[in-house]
Amino acid sequence: MLVFGFWTTKICNTRNCFNKIVLIALFSLTFHCNGFASIVCPDLKKILTKFDSPSRWFMLGKKCKVPAGARERLKEAIAISEAMSEHAQKQAARYDLLLPEDAGFLEGDEDEDTNTISQADIADAVDITSGSKYFNLHLSQFGPYRLDYSRTGRNLLVGGKKGHVACIDWQTKDLKCEMNVMETVNDVKWLHTEAMFAVAQKRWLYIYDSKGVELHCVKKFNDVLRMQFLPYHFLLATASATGFLQYLDVSIGKEVAAICTKMGRLDVMAQNPHNAVIHLGHPNGTVSLWSPNQKESLVKMLCHRGAVRSLAVDKTGTYMVTSGLDRKLKVYDIRAFKPLHSCFLPAGASCLSLSQRGLLSAATGEIVQVYQNVLGSNPVSKPYMAHRLRGQIWGLAYCPFEDVLGIGHGEGFTSMIVPGAGEPNFDALDTNPYRSHKQRQEWEVKALLEKVQPELIGLDPGQLSKVDQASFEQRHKEQIEALGFDPLAKDKFKPRTKKKGRSSAGAIEKRKRKVAHEDQRDEIRQSVQERTEREKELKEKSNEKKLGNKSTLDRFRK
Amino acid sequence: MQNENLVQISFFNQLMLVHPRKKQNERSEASVQVSEYFVNAEGTGDKVNLSDLLGTVEKTSGASNKTKKQLRNLQSSKETLELPLNKQQTEKIQRGIAYEKTTAEVSCWKNIILQNQKAEQMVFPLNQESSGPKRVEQVVAGWKVQTPLEQEIFRLLHGSRQPVNDPVLTPVEEQSLKAMSLEEAKIRRAELQKARALQSYYEAKAKREKKIKSKKYHKVQNKAKRKDFLKQFDEMVKTNPEGALEELKKMELSRMEERMSLKHQNSGKWAKSKAIMAKYDDSARKAMQEQLQMNKDLTQKMVVPSDDEHESIEEGLETVPDFVNDPETVIDPVNPWMRGQLTHEEPEVSCVTAEEVQTAEEENEEEEIIGEFERKRKLRQADEEDLIPTEEEHVVEVSDKEEEDEDEEEDVSEFNTLFRLMRSEKTREGSNQTRGGLNTAGEEDEEGLLSEGQIRVRSIEDLEVLDEVVEPRAIEEPSAPQTAAAEATSEPPHKKKREINLKEVLTKEAKAVRLPFLPTVVDEEERDEQISIIKEAFAGDDVISDFIKDKSRQEAAGRPAVVDLTLPGWGEWGGVGLKPPRWKRKRFRIKTAPPPPRQDQKLPDVIISEKRTASVASHQVSQLPFPFQNTAQFESSIRTPIGSTWNTQTVVKNMTKPKVVTKLGAIIEPMVKEDFIKSKTTAAGGKGAAIMLGENRRAKEGTKRSAENKKKKSSCGC
Repeated sequence: MLVFGFWTTKICNTRNCFNKIVLIALFSLTFHCNGFASIVCPDLKKILTKFDSPSRWFMLGKKCKVPAGARERLKEAIAISEAMSEHAQKQAARYDLLLPEDAGFLEGDEDEDTNTISQADIADAVDITSGSKYFNLHLSQFGPYRLDYSRTGRNLLVGGKKGHVACIDWQTKDLKCEMNVMETVNDVKWLHTEAMFAVAQKRWLYIYDSKGVELHCVKKFNDVLRMQFLPYHFLLATASATGFLQYLDVSIGKEVAAICTKMGRLDVMAQNPHNAVIHLGHPNGTVSLWSPNQKESLVKMLCHRGAVRSLAVDKTGTYMVTSGLDRKLKVYDIRAFKPLHSCFLPAGASCLSLSQRGLLSAATGEIVQVYQNVLGSNPVSKPYMAHRLRGQIWGLAYCPFEDVLGIGHGEGFTSMIVPGAGEPNFDALDTNPYRSHKQRQEWEVKALLEKVQPELIGLDPGQLSKVDQASFEQRHKEQIEALGFDPLAKDKFKPRTKKKGRSSAGAIEKRKRKVAHEDQRDEIRQSVQERTEREKELKEKSNEKKLGNKSTLDRFRK
Repeated sequence: MQNENLVQISFFNQLMLVHPRKKQNERSEASVQVSEYFVNAEGTGDKVNLSDLLGTVEKTSGASNKTKKQLRNLQSSKETLELPLNKQQTEKIQRGIAYEKTTAEVSCWKNIILQNQKAEQMVFPLNQESSGPKRVEQVVAGWKVQTPLEQEIFRLLHGSRQPVNDPVLTPVEEQSLKAMSLEEAKIRRAELQKARALQSYYEAKAKREKKIKSKKYHKVQNKAKRKDFLKQFDEMVKTNPEGALEELKKMELSRMEERMSLKHQNSGKWAKSKAIMAKYDDSARKAMQEQLQMNKDLTQKMVVPSDDEHESIEEGLETVPDFVNDPETVIDPVNPWMRGQLTHEEPEVSCVTAEEVQTAEEENEEEEIIGEFERKRKLRQADEEDLIPTEEEHVVEVSDKEEEDEDEEEDVSEFNTLFRLMRSEKTREGSNQTRGGLNTAGEEDEEGLLSEGQIRVRSIEDLEVLDEVVEPRAIEEPSAPQTAAAEATSEPPHKKKREINLKEVLTKEAKAVRLPFLPTVVDEEERDEQISIIKEAFAGDDVISDFIKDKSRQEAAGRPAVVDLTLPGWGEWGGVGLKPPRWKRKRFRIKTAPPPPRQDQKLPDVIISEKRTASVASHQVSQLPFPFQNTAQFESSIRTPIGSTWNTQTVVKNMTKPKVVTKLGAIIEPMVKEDFIKSKTTAAGGKGAAIMLGENRRAKEGTKRSAENKKKKSSCGC
């Protein structure tokens, strides 16, 4: 057994950390998880030259081509913006080198499945600090437990069904507060900092501070079953037993939207970190996507034949994993709304959770299974890790920036070591696990200033950077009416008058025909070229296949 | 005397007109009537003539004959002075001149202004010395030689004109290198002169020849040229075969062009006119024949007299029929416009869709109806009796095909979409199943469907019929994978239609996962049992059909409604449940254009809301900013975020740098003309010696200053 790369013991680099590019994107920059592993090469110069042509990871949208007859000013504007974006991409690619840490992994011996390795073995094999991350809290009295890690990954909030709520700095095992709210607790959630958390109790939604003092009882939010916090919008989204999806702006304490979903009891909920859209699972096997700006669901997709039991969305907003009462586990590409693959779990998964690096944990009965490489086109065959617990599992959550999976179950709480789960490099300006009190305060002010308004939530997070087509067209039409001509229209080709009979009607027509359908011609030419290339490739391939037996000289070929 | 005075005055007046600005001097001498400002001349009304003045000259004896003669001549000549222009005109001219001058003066600013406008960043005050380390030469340049020792050293240095820094050669050496001897220069000049003269002669000749309009001349010329060329070509074949080949190629090209064009085919305007004349006019006939001959000559294939084989081939070619020589169809892969209609459409895929069937039917209806009946009979034989009524209904519908209703049409189209979906599903499934080791069922199903494809289906009931026909085969297949088979069999038979939908919606085949812990591994039997239990539990709520209903509802809501404006006319019945005549329906039921296709058109298990979210619109740009011509350009120009969240520090600084930067406390002087002109000249002119003697420098500066002064003066003057 090999356990590699626990980055937890390393010294952190605080505010000077440069990995600004690695951020959960609010708009369109996608997170690049796999970029790190590829850059472990001592030859810096080679890498830099490699990045001089910005790599795919850092590409931002399509390049704009300068049209043929463009004005001088337009050409300049496009050239400047292109140069700027290329520069930005290059710099981002260059700075990517400075991300220092690698993700860990677990490797079995020959003929040894990694899923047979027990937690105790792993804890023994790794260093003491990492080993101490495997622990159990025996809380059999008020279970089963729901849990939530704070965004920095330092603090843990657990809430037992029978009213026990506690928040712990789980690495130092320092108990911050503990209380019993003397009511059923449905869900617990940290708000934007470690200073406040929300508890969905039997009737109302309560907000406590980290010492356990009740700050608010929000009576507009009743019978809440599940909660999600959208950190960049400062919105607490709640799903209630009455079928309401409500949004609470925690920075101003206002209810932003209350949507009656008309879908019955809502006890399956997840958020898409890419575009802040809320996913709800329903008993009729559908998953619906919601934003606070629309009274009806953005998208509704039929995922299971039975009720949806659990949902998880990956950090890039590309994949969604669902599990249903039909005991299937399905992976969807939620950009195209198409299923990628599905597998049959004999016991069905009651809870799902995706880690920052794309490990999927599924609670099947009393067992937690962790799957690797789920987010892709190839279906899974066997789990990467597995851990058996006592009592029913009620909550699953990966700790951010740590290789740790927290499990809330009937007998308390278990922290499980899952090598390779956490993102090894954190952005110190966004979520810094090692931030001081002062830094937290500064961050809070900055985050509030940069708060994203709830109006901007939608399926396409890059919507803001697009021209509002409807009103643009309307305005354009009005302009045409007022002016009597289309100011944006391409001016028609007017052949120059030539002498000596070369400007006869026929000659003019000929000259006109030379430039007619220029844009279409370009497209067609391109497509034809592509096709011919493709055919060529195919031909070559088939030829290679035909030949089969290679000559001795073939080895010198590229 | 008085007269003389008057003449003087009139001259003076004229002078005043020319130079209006000069101040008038007042006369101070004594006179009878003196006005306050000006001399009041007595008798200004009557003009003084020259003859009056000259009369006295004749009489005076002292005057020489020569002057007298001159005066007489003057008298006889009637040239008068031109009247001075009036004020408005002079002012206009002056304004014009002034405008030209000022435009010339101002336009020299144009470039620098444009440059500053375009500049990404302006730093004021301009011409600041750059901070940071300077080059040695720059530092030393400001340093003056003071002590006598230094002076001595510098004199020595510059006396010998030694290079101070980089350049290896002294300026003198460089100059001597550049210089040429006198003779050489003369020879070169003469050569150049000669070449220029020759060129000009040649040009003049060419011009002259080009201007000649005589056709005969050109004809002769061309003929001569051709002959010449042929001669040359023959020589070339012997001496320079490669060149000859190229020439051949050229000829081939001209031949091709000739063959493509109608130039010498006697089809032009000229040729037609000649053709009319040809009966009577010999020359016209000749001209026409000549043209045809020309065509023949040009289109003749070049024969390369080399090997016997070639010749034989040529001979063979000659016997080939004419159509071979017809212009070939040029199939240019890059330019599809050349293809025109010659491209033949690819053969249709063999499977027949319902739509096609429909169109085919409409072509020969009678036959179809007969076929329909036959097919129906067969179906009836095969199926249970409970299906018969629907079929009968169907038959009736078929018989009154002419009266097609819109609703019916809709039904059919709906079926078409479903059918297509089904087909795609089947194919996909088939591929899946081949992977799973079961491929027969899918294929057979498909075949079944294809064989049934010609049934015209007009309603949902018919669809059910179709399903009933198809389904049993699928169920009969014995070795389905556990899950699929269980799903298929456990469904009660009356839900067959939904089964198809199910396959259509939830497509992905599930793959069972192996588990390490024993208790969770379920025995096959137990699993099957469990599955059947679950099936029973969920038998009541059919999730999929609900979903499909929901989707169709949404689609229907999105479709524009048909506005019915039909009203009963005179002599017609009114009331509920009446069917207005066809022409009325056609005319008064207004259909609006269908909306663009839904986003979820091809996703059977997804409903995507088509509502436009207005919330973001208020934050979006709705007007294109100036230089951009379309939205794509603008969008791509703002696609890179500029915030520090997405960029490195340097990039953010670079992207958000201010347009104008001013130095704190520094006075920003307006730009002086010399500033940019000087910068240009220094940029253009090379570098001088880096270090100069103090006196030298002063002298140079002096000259520069004087030059500048001169410039200023000249500018003032103009």
